[in-house]
Order: sequence, then structure tokens, then C-alpha cells
Amino acid sequence: MPKPMGNKSNFERPNDFKSAMKKLVHYLNKFHTLLIIAFSLAAISSILSIVAPNKLSSMTDIITEGLAPNLTEETINSIIEDEDISNEDKKEFLTYIKTIDENTSSNDILKKLDTMPQDIQEYIKPKIDFTAIKKIAIVLGIMYIISAIFSFFQHFFMATVSNNFGKELRNKIINKINKLPLKFFDNNSTGDILSRITNDVDTVTQTLSQSIGSLVGAITLVIGSVIMMFYTNFIMAISAILASLIGFSLMTIILKNSQKYFIARQEELGNMNGHIEEIYSGHNVVKVYNGKKSADKKFDELNERVFNSVKKSQFLSGLMQPIMMFIGNLSYVTVCIVGALLAMNGYITFGVIVAFIVYIRLFTNPLSQIAQAMTSLQSAAAASERIFEFLEEKAMSDEKDITKELNKDEVKGNVEFKNVKFGYNPDRIIIKDFSAKVKPGQKIAIVGPTGAGKTTMVNLLMKFYEINSGDILIDGISIKELKRENVHELFTMVLQDTWLFNGTVKENIVYNQDNLSEKRVKEVCEIVGVDHFIKSLPQSYDTIIEDNDTISSGQKQLITIARGMLSHTPFLILDEATSNVDTRTEELVQKAMDKLMEGRTSFIIAHRLSTIKNADLILVMKDGNIIEQGNHDELMKKKGFYESMYSSQFEKVS
Amino acid sequence: MLKLLKKLKGKDIVLIFISFIFIIVQVWLDLRLPDYMSKITQLVQSEGNAMSSILIAGGKMLLCALGSLISAVIVGFITAYIAALFSKKLRKDIFEKVENFSLGEVKKFSTSSLITRTTNDVTQIEMFLAMGLQLLIKSPITALWAITKILNKSWQWSAVVGGGVLLLLSTLTFLMLVVIPRFKIVQKLLDKINGIARENLTGIRVVRAFNAEKYQEEKFNETNNKLTKTQLFNQRTFGIMQPVMYLIMYFSTLAIYFIGSYIINGALMSEKVIIFGDMVVFSSYGMQVIMSFLMLAMIFIMYPRAAISADRINEVLDEKFSIVDGEITNTDKNKEGTVEFKNVSFKYPDADEYILENINFVANKGETVAFIGSTGSGKSTLVNLIPRFYDVTDGQILVDGINVKEYKLEYLYNKIGYIPQKAVIFSGTVSENVAYGENGKKKINQETIKKAIEVAQGKEFIEKMPNQYDAYLAQRGTNISGGQKQRISIARAIARNPEIYIFDDSFSALDYKTDYILRKELKKYTKDATTFIVAQRIGTIMNADKIIVLDKGKCVGMGTHKELLKKCSVYKEIALSQLSEEELENA
Repeated sequence: MPKPMGNKSNFERPNDFKSAMKKLVHYLNKFHTLLIIAFSLAAISSILSIVAPNKLSSMTDIITEGLAPNLTEETINSIIEDEDISNEDKKEFLTYIKTIDENTSSNDILKKLDTMPQDIQEYIKPKIDFTAIKKIAIVLGIMYIISAIFSFFQHFFMATVSNNFGKELRNKIINKINKLPLKFFDNNSTGDILSRITNDVDTVTQTLSQSIGSLVGAITLVIGSVIMMFYTNFIMAISAILASLIGFSLMTIILKNSQKYFIARQEELGNMNGHIEEIYSGHNVVKVYNGKKSADKKFDELNERVFNSVKKSQFLSGLMQPIMMFIGNLSYVTVCIVGALLAMNGYITFGVIVAFIVYIRLFTNPLSQIAQAMTSLQSAAAASERIFEFLEEKAMSDEKDITKELNKDEVKGNVEFKNVKFGYNPDRIIIKDFSAKVKPGQKIAIVGPTGAGKTTMVNLLMKFYEINSGDILIDGISIKELKRENVHELFTMVLQDTWLFNGTVKENIVYNQDNLSEKRVKEVCEIVGVDHFIKSLPQSYDTIIEDNDTISSGQKQLITIARGMLSHTPFLILDEATSNVDTRTEELVQKAMDKLMEGRTSFIIAHRLSTIKNADLILVMKDGNIIEQGNHDELMKKKGFYESMYSSQFEKVS
Repeated sequence: MLKLLKKLKGKDIVLIFISFIFIIVQVWLDLRLPDYMSKITQLVQSEGNAMSSILIAGGKMLLCALGSLISAVIVGFITAYIAALFSKKLRKDIFEKVENFSLGEVKKFSTSSLITRTTNDVTQIEMFLAMGLQLLIKSPITALWAITKILNKSWQWSAVVGGGVLLLLSTLTFLMLVVIPRFKIVQKLLDKINGIARENLTGIRVVRAFNAEKYQEEKFNETNNKLTKTQLFNQRTFGIMQPVMYLIMYFSTLAIYFIGSYIINGALMSEKVIIFGDMVVFSSYGMQVIMSFLMLAMIFIMYPRAAISADRINEVLDEKFSIVDGEITNTDKNKEGTVEFKNVSFKYPDADEYILENINFVANKGETVAFIGSTGSGKSTLVNLIPRFYDVTDGQILVDGINVKEYKLEYLYNKIGYIPQKAVIFSGTVSENVAYGENGKKKINQETIKKAIEVAQGKEFIEKMPNQYDAYLAQRGTNISGGQKQRISIARAIARNPEIYIFDDSFSALDYKTDYILRKELKKYTKDATTFIVAQRIGTIMNADKIIVLDKGKCVGMGTHKELLKKCSVYKEIALSQLSEEELENA
């Protein structure tokens, strides 16, 4: 594993939750208006759902008012006075009324009353106030609908904000990738950067769209329901909150403890991922070396650890819901008992209890939502920190002030290295003191053992890295005074790495170069000798090259060579460009390239000494210095390092 | 998905059954809660009831709630255990299967896809099990039970709840029909985004050298826009769900109360309070029914993702091995070290064209056989047939006089020291890397490790490293150079002390001088071993006892360097492309 960025760990554990959140808010500035709208919508929608139960409770009150029979003195008097009621009926009713005493059960009374004659019932039967109920129902219905509409638009806006923010972050990262010095990529793995583009951005956007909206709604609900509870009844409010507090302290303890298992789980999964990747990518070696047993052993160990952490974290996170249910029920009972006590003593109406039953739900549900939102906010904070950390990495120096420019059609082709000193790390100098002069049209070969610094020279020439001291001049102008883009324009580069992207063969060859005719593309492919192969592909030049293709590395290299040959630049760099091609094909390519190189200054790095024999100047590098230079014949005569390297390929192994 | 679930064995099923019982207990207790609620409601309503009876009812209700909590905790524990255990088993199964894959199968799936299948896809299934299993059992039971509780209470109220459920289900169906196909698109677009970014990263030098940053960014932008658009559509559409869900619940309650007020008004006086109690209970059971249908629907939303993962896992588990293990575990000592190719032809399973055709040769103990030929001539494929990375299409390969197909693979591998073109380095110390694996003999000791490294010309650089032989090598050996990796990889084969060495173009990252010294030392050290060398450089192979020249899968020449120079035109061409006539003469 290459060093991770900065000194932070790879795991999603924000160093400072607050500062990460602050940064997130800062990066979101473009979306502030939409966010505020969404938040207000969430809040209003929540407020509406608090007011609604109050309305529902007045509806219940109206219904309960219509439960008990009308046995007031007033009613009895009006029954006696009513002349339409027969005397027999009156008598039956009055006799029964008189028999009622404290010991008669209410149920018996009601049953008896039900058997009373119709005209008497007209008086005593309770009536529900339907106009009031209808009014409440309509108001409630409208409130629900408005609340739903607001809630929808809240989601709508949050989705808009979060997805556009995600898009922006991804674009920013890709943009940043192309602005960072190459040095950065030496220390950070591709997988890590990719995971920032996909996983981390995803985590942030999902939290934004799902959690933040509900968090605002939930907080409003909690505050609102507390206010409403106190407004409705002080004593019941306090008892309800006390009851839920017990539950929440329990939940907080669980939350705190489960966090470490979640982190452990991510870590263990990461470790296992590493092992799996290692074994799968070294599949052949594992097989032939009978490494299966040791691979299995390590896998089992890691798998067991994952199992343990998954078991614990999954269990603990599953606890949240049942506990919340219990808290809800506990609060419910508390509210009912306290409510009943108060109601019996006549302090409150039954409607208040019903309202409280709803409030208690409104109060407990959002609290668990807040708990959940906080957990996901925590991982979002960790993810956003990783993103911002990347975005805030030091980019390559700004080149706005550079005004000098070399026109690639007018460059003569002089290159001069002047006491170049360079190290990828300042404390480990690789190129110690390199000086050389190259004349236009010359063919320069750089040879030497692995690790001598050959490729580094090219990296410096291309301005991929900045030299520590000394200078490189092109036509007498220091590359420090030229824009990177301008330098790149002057060079054609073909590397050992055969980099092809997902696209058609033609797109891969033409790559970012305008005005190239199809004819020219084919011509070059013929010269390189890859035309026949391309034509044998299912869609010829329009065949799409994919990751897992059967194109051999040799053929890939020929395609990259064709790509390089298409561009007309004063300089040419071939860094082990033909190492994957067999020597006969190489010879063909070499001839074609020689033709192309006429008049151009070219730099060639190669292991195969045959490739470089006809170079005008051979620079023999060892440990960052040029130890010999000259052409092939001169160097052979010298009987030095070059000569021993060259002849070693013919020595007989005995 | 079902197919995967069949992997659950005896103990797991017992556990699932236990959790099933506890879920029933939990549902039973949960559904008693509204009963107590209504009882409490009635008690509160009717005058003359002592406070004590309310307390008793409240106490019972709390007991129920506590019981439900305890069962939920037990169920939660069991499901977490089962989900974790199941994913553990699944990962192990996939891992073992992949280990036994041959090269062809690995290539078919691609390494990166196999990795995600072993990790991500298993996690998907695990999540589905942990959440889904409970919901899947619980919600239908709750729904049914709640329905029986409120059945026959009032058809009007039932109609309200039924209508609510219907509305809920149709909204969900609609959403799923619209969104799920787009989920798949999102997944693909994410892959593509990943691909373009990876491309930019891996080819960063080329991108910069061609000043193609804008080009790459535009390509990325295009996909990014598509992704954002699709995701935005999905999330906006899903934004409908929550408000609609709440609307249904609120309106059902409202409707139950509204209708209830009419029913109460029309009822006998003695029944009014009872009906009122029923109403409160009904609205709460009604919500339970709607909620459990919602839960059930959630499973169906979660299911497609898990099902895709399950399919991907099954593809791996169902893949038939193209290489079948043999049984032979001993050989004739006299024939040890011989390798014979008899009329060997090979083509990839689905391909039309042969990669190798009619190859015949014998390598005797202690001999070095080298293969040379142009790109795509089949030389790497040829040596890959010996350790059975692929099986021959026609013909036979005999090792120690026995067809390789008849060997128990482990035994065959003990004879072979294979060094791939791309060196494989495992995370661990230098010693661990060199002593990697088993060779059917004693464990490789430190002395052998040191000697192997010395022969492989690694002594100098390793002894310069901090901790020397215990120096830590990163995965893929990112902290050492290509040539160093290759030398460690060669040392690994040497330490194994095999009968047969296979160098599959394993000297390419070495400079000529190291290449030369290494081969010289190796020859000294491994006098008795049979060696196969695939190479591009003439220098590497010119001293071999037998050189086989391949061209488009056919053997076009066999013999020593000198012989071939005279009689094989292809060989001569290759040689001349690397060395001058004069140099060849002198060699």
C-alpha cells in the first residue's frame, strides 16, 4: 500500500466533525438558497403534522361528547312537558329514572334506556355535532395535503441540491487529478482516488438527500411537539419526556458503543479485500506454488474477524428499532396513566390524552431519526473530509504569468541539460549532476541498468516533475519559462506502458488530435504493421477496445506507436516503446520510425542494445550520472561499462 | 437468490426456526398492545373504575412491550448471527471456487469482477438477509394477525384500511416499474464513471503528454451529466413515496374517525362506548396493517439489488471447472525430470483458430529448452500447458512419463517452479515471499532462502534494505523496482528446488548483465533440473540445449543455436534483427 494522503488513516473517522461540517457548508454555498427553501419546507411540513393531532383531538372530544345519554334535569323536564309523548311512555321512563341509585351499573342503565320508546329516545339519545366534525375533517384534510406537498418539494429540492453537488464534486476531483503534480500519484494508489470519486461522493450525496432533510424535519418535530405538549398540559408533558429520556440514555450508550464495531467492520472488510485482491491477482503463482493452504488459512482468519465484527455491528444497529418501539410504548403507558389520573380528577378531557398519545409518537419517532441521521452524518463527514482533502492538495504551480511560447513549427530542436539535479524525495537525490547538449535532428539513446534514472530524465524533460537545481533548455529557453502545455506540445511520447482507453481503435489512435484523415490513420497503421490486425477485428477500426480484451500487449504497443507517429512534433521520446514487440516487428517499426525521426530530435530508452546501436549519441547512465557518452563504436573501443553490458548478451553460460 | 439460501444448513435452519417462533411471540405481544390500549381507554372513559385497574392494565401492557423488546433482541441477535455466518460461508465458498479456477475461468470473469463478487456482492446479500429476513417473516404475520383482529368489527372501517393498502401497493408498484430499470442504468453509469476516471489516472502521463486533459474531462462530464440526470430522476420520483405514505396513513385515520362518528351516532346508547373503544383500536390495528404492507413492499424494493448480486455469485459458484484433478501422487524415479509433448494442439474453448498446432518434443532431465518467436506465436501458451493453466485440445503432455491430466494437481505443482512474466509479490517480508507456498517437502529454511536470493542476484539490493531479509514488501511490490520484483520471484522458484523450471519471459525486466550472471549462477545451482525458457532476446536463449522456434502456433525449427542459424530462416531473421552477422559468428 502506498502511503495514504497526508497523515490521516484510511478509515472513515473524521478528525474533527465540526470542521468537516463547516467545510461542507462552505462547499455548498452555491446551493444555499435552494437549501434554505428545502429546510423551510421541511420545517413547515413538520409543524403542520404537529398541529394536526391537536385538531384530531378536538374531533375526538366532539365524538366523546356524544357518548353519554342526556339525563339532565332539563331534558327530563322537557320530556314531561312534551305533549306529543304518551303518558304511558312518560310513566315508564320516570319510574325507571327513579330506580337509579349509586349502585346501578352504567351498563344496565344504558341497556334499559335503549329499550325506551322511540319518542323518549329522541330526547335522551346523545347527538354528535356533525357540522363541527365535518369542518374539522376538511381543515385536517387540507393540512395533510399541504404538508404532503411541502414534504414532496422538500425531497425534490434536496435531491436536486445533493445530486448537483455530487456532480460538481466529481467534476472537481477529475479536474484536480489533471492539475496535481505526478509526484502525488507516486504516493497515492489509484484505487484510493477512485474510491473518493465514487464511494465518498456517493456517501455525501446520499446523506444530503436523505438525512439532512429528515434531520431538519425531525428537529422541528421534536421542538414543536415539546412545545405543544407543554402548551396542552404541563404535568403530562414532563412525565412523557421523563419516560422517553430513560430510553434515550440507553440508546445513546448503544450508539456510542456500536460505533467502534462499525469502524472495526470497515477495517476488517478492508483487510479481507486486500487479501482477496492479492490472491486473485497472483492466482497463477498461488496455484503452482501450492500456496492455497496458506492463503486459505489467512482468509479464514480474516473471514472470522469480519464475521465477528459484522455480527456485533449488525446486532447493535438492529437494536435501535425495538428499543424505540419500547420507548414509544413506555411513554404511551405513562401518558395514559398520568392522563387517566388527571382526567378522573377532572383536570383534563379525554381528548387531551388522545392528543398526547399522538404527541408522544411525534416526539419519539424523530428522536430515532435524529440518532440515525447523526450516524450517517458522521460517515458523510468522514467521506467529505476525504474529498476536500483531495481537492485541497497542492496543485502544480500556476502558469498564468508565463508569456514565452515556443511555436512547435518553428522549433529547431536544440536541447541542453545544465547541471540537472533531481530527486523524487528531496533527501534522496537520483539525478546528481547531469549535463548534456543535444543538436537538432540527433538521435540520443539513454542506456543503463534498472534504477539508473533513465525514465526520470524523460519525466524532467517533459516537465512532469520540477528539477531541484540546474536547468533544461529548449532552443536556449529554459523549460521553467514555458507553460507545461507548451512543452508537451513539442514532444511526442511513446511509453512502455501500453495505455489504451475504452473507445474505438480509431479514437485511440487519433487521440485528441484534430484534422486527421482516415487515410492518414490507415497509412500509419500500415507502416507500423498493425493495419492487418485491426482489419481482422470484428468492426475493424471502429471496434471498441475494452478492459478485458484479448488484444496482446504487443499489439497494444503497436497501436500506441501509431498514435505517437501521427503527431508532428520537433521532439520524439521513446521510452522502452518497443519492449513488448518481438524483435522482427520491432525492426520494421524501427525503420518506419527512423524515417519519421529524420530531422527531429529524438530520445530513446531501451534495454535491447540492438535498438540503439545507430544512435548519434549514447548516454550511459549509472546511479543518476552519465558515466560514459559517445556513439556505439566509440564506446565499444573504450571497453568500459557499455562494452561489458553489450557483450554480456553473447557470453556463453556454462 | 433461493438457490443461495439453500446453503443454509441444519443448525442455521434450527436458528431460523427459533427466531421464527420469537417473531411470532413478538407479533403476538405487539398485537396485544392495542387491546390494552383500548382497555385503558375504556377504563379512563367509564367513571367509577378504580385507579388500580388502570395501573394493572398499564402494567400488563408494559410487560407485553418489554416481552416484545426481549423477543426482538433475541431475534435481532439470531438474524445478525445468521446473516454474518451466511456471508462468511458464502465468501469462503466463492474464494475456494476461485482458487480452483483455471486461467481460462479467471479471464472469463476478470480479476476485478471476481473481487467485487467476493466482497461487495456478498455484503449486499448479507444486508438483505439481516434486514429482509426479519421483515419477510414479520410483516405478513403482523398483517394477517392484525386483519383477523379487526375483521367483522365494521365493514366500513375495513374498507378504509383495505383502500389504503391498495393505494399504497399501487403507488409502490408504479414507482418500482419506473425506477428499477433506471437503477440498473445508474449501476452501469457508475461503472463507466469509474472506468473513465481510472483511465485518466492510469494513463496520466499520456494524457498530459498529449495535452488531453480537456478531452478526458469532457468525456467524464458527459457521463457524469447522464448519471446525475438519471439519479436525480430516481430520487425525485422516490420523493413521492414518503408524502404519499403519510397521506395514506393520516387519511385512513381521519376516515376511520369520521365514519366512526356516524356509526356511533346511530348506535344504541349501551353500545356507544364500546364502539368508540373499537374505533380507537381499529385505527391503531389499521395502521399496523398498512405499516406491515409497507415493510413488505420495502423488501421488494431491496430485493432487486440483492437478486442481482445473488445472480453474480451464482455465476461464479456454478462455473464448471475446465481442469479436472487427477489421482496420481507418485512417479517412477528413473523417469524424473523428463517432459514430453506429443502432438499437442491447443485452442481456446470458444475460438476457431488454433493457438498451437501439433507440437512434438522431448526435454530430458537437466536440459534447457528455450522457445522463441514473434508476438502472438504461442510460446507463452505452450509453457502454460505444463502446469495445466489450460488443458491441451489434442495430444498429450507427459511429465515423468505420465500424462499431466492424471496427476493430482498438488503433486504436479510440487515438481514445478514457475516464474511468470509479471512478477507477483505478496504483502509480507522478503523471506515470506521467497518461502511462499508448499513443495511437499520440508519447510523452506532461512539458509535456503538466502541461497536462493543469492543465486537470483538479489543479495546485494536486499542486504541494502532496512531489515534485510525481513524487509516488508508492499502488495504488488510497489516499494521495489520491476527488476527487483523479478529477482525475488525467481528466488521463490529456486527456493522451492523443483524438478522443472518454467521461465515465462521472466528475464525481460533485467538488464543484460544481470540476466547473464543470473542464468550462469542458476545453471550451476540447478544442474539436474529441466528448464524451460520463453524469451525475446536471442542472448538469453542461445546457449540452450534445444531451441524451439514458433511461428503462428507451429514449430518451424528445433535445434541448437548454431543449427538453427543454418537451417531455420525464421530464427535467423530474429537473430539478425538483434545482432549483426559478425556478432553472431563470434558468439
